[in-house]
Amino acid sequence: MALSVGCTARPGKSRSNRTGSWRVFRPVFKHDKCTKCGICALVCPEGCVEQSEDEFYEANYEFCKGCGLCSDECPAEDIEMEQEEK
Amino acid sequence: MVDKSLELFDCGHRACGGCGPAIAARLILKGAGKDTIVVSSTGCMEVFSSPYPETAWKVPWIHSLFENAAAVASGVEASLKKQGRSEKVVIIGGDGATFDIGMLCISGAFERGHDFTYICYDNEAYMNTGIQRSGATPYAASTTTSPAGRCSTGNKRPKKDMPQILAAHGAPYVATASVSYPADFMQKVEKAVNTKGPCYIQVHAPCATGWGFEGNLTMKMGKLAVETGLCVLYEMVDGKVTRVKKVVRKPVEEYLSTQKRFRHLFKPARKDAEIAQIQAIADFNAEKYGIDIKLKKEPAK
Ligand SMILES: Cc1ncc(C[n+]2csc(CCOP(=O)(O)OP(=O)(O)O)c2C)c(N)n1
Ligand code: SF4
Ligand code: SF4
Ligand SMILES: [Mg+2]
Repeated sequence: MALSVGCTARPGKSRSNRTGSWRVFRPVFKHDKCTKCGICALVCPEGCVEQSEDEFYEANYEFCKGCGLCSDECPAEDIEMEQEEK
Repeated sequence: MVDKSLELFDCGHRACGGCGPAIAARLILKGAGKDTIVVSSTGCMEVFSSPYPETAWKVPWIHSLFENAAAVASGVEASLKKQGRSEKVVIIGGDGATFDIGMLCISGAFERGHDFTYICYDNEAYMNTGIQRSGATPYAASTTTSPAGRCSTGNKRPKKDMPQILAAHGAPYVATASVSYPADFMQKVEKAVNTKGPCYIQVHAPCATGWGFEGNLTMKMGKLAVETGLCVLYEMVDGKVTRVKKVVRKPVEEYLSTQKRFRHLFKPARKDAEIAQIQAIADFNAEKYGIDIKLKKEPAK
């Protein structure tokens, strides 16, 4: 692998590393009791919880490691952890 | 105003699931904003965010050594000043880098009065090299260099009071925070980067791997540290405590019993003397900072 001058790299190049393959449990955002408070997006260590056009939140499974923090912190208990089937 | 939607720390980094320091990285950049230059010390956050060329940082970021982030940042700040530029310089170091090996460079930089914000993410040990104790490791915690066993009850020394040491350097703004109180933390970062001179923030960042708990409990663990009085959240302006988070205190056992690093205090036999000593640390903190919310009447049993 070639190093550039000063070892610089393109911002956010980490996105080419798809951490979703680490997942054992998958957070399922039910959009049932969700109040759109956004706590899930704030606490996710990956920053992979995204808001869609209808303002509901979804995990980006390309990167979600399945840690379960969003599910534990959701005040409305709208996010369920389900065993990943591969 | 902090822009919560600002994402300057990207997906694809290699932190453990539920990593407290990874949450800290995201919150720091939300608080500091896009015109920020970050200097990192060696440690988990540096390693998981920057295996070349897969950087998670979307702001200029530089890493040199374990011990010299404050010196590197001093140079960055001096150069920006000379060029008449206004970017904020933020140093992010682990507790080992901050409390122990970086002390010399940090003390010098604070004495010189550079305009930067030093943020220590405190996961209470040298995690990246396999959980060795640091000056930030709490009393009685078991680590690989303070292992609990027949002849030892874990780390012998209490946590070093780093915020007070930097306040004694004349830092205009010193604050403690926790990833478990994100709004409070982001506000403190925003305040620090907008305060002239060398500022210090110490953010408690639970590490599931090093402390021994499941990654879905990171936020709860940080809250328990605050609710037991073992981690006090306060702000100091010009050396005076100006704001403290008050709590209805819980017994320290509720925090200790949920982590493997303190398991030896409960199994095979309960170690009442050590638990009492940790409770005394919390009581001392509560008294010193006045964190107790006095309930009007006793809660119903
Ligand atoms: C001079 C020097 N000594 C030792 C190391 C090995 N080393 C790399 S990271 C690290 C631990 C970092 O601990 P801390 O600052 O608490 O950050 P954490 O990994 O816990 O996030 C050590 C000892 C090094 N890189 N350089
Ligand atoms: S399970 Fe963890 S990684 Fe996945 S979206 Fe929730 S908080 Fe983020
Ligand atoms: S060892 Fe701890 S600090 Fe390091 S990446 Fe894992 S959870 Fe984060
Ligand atoms: Mg550490």
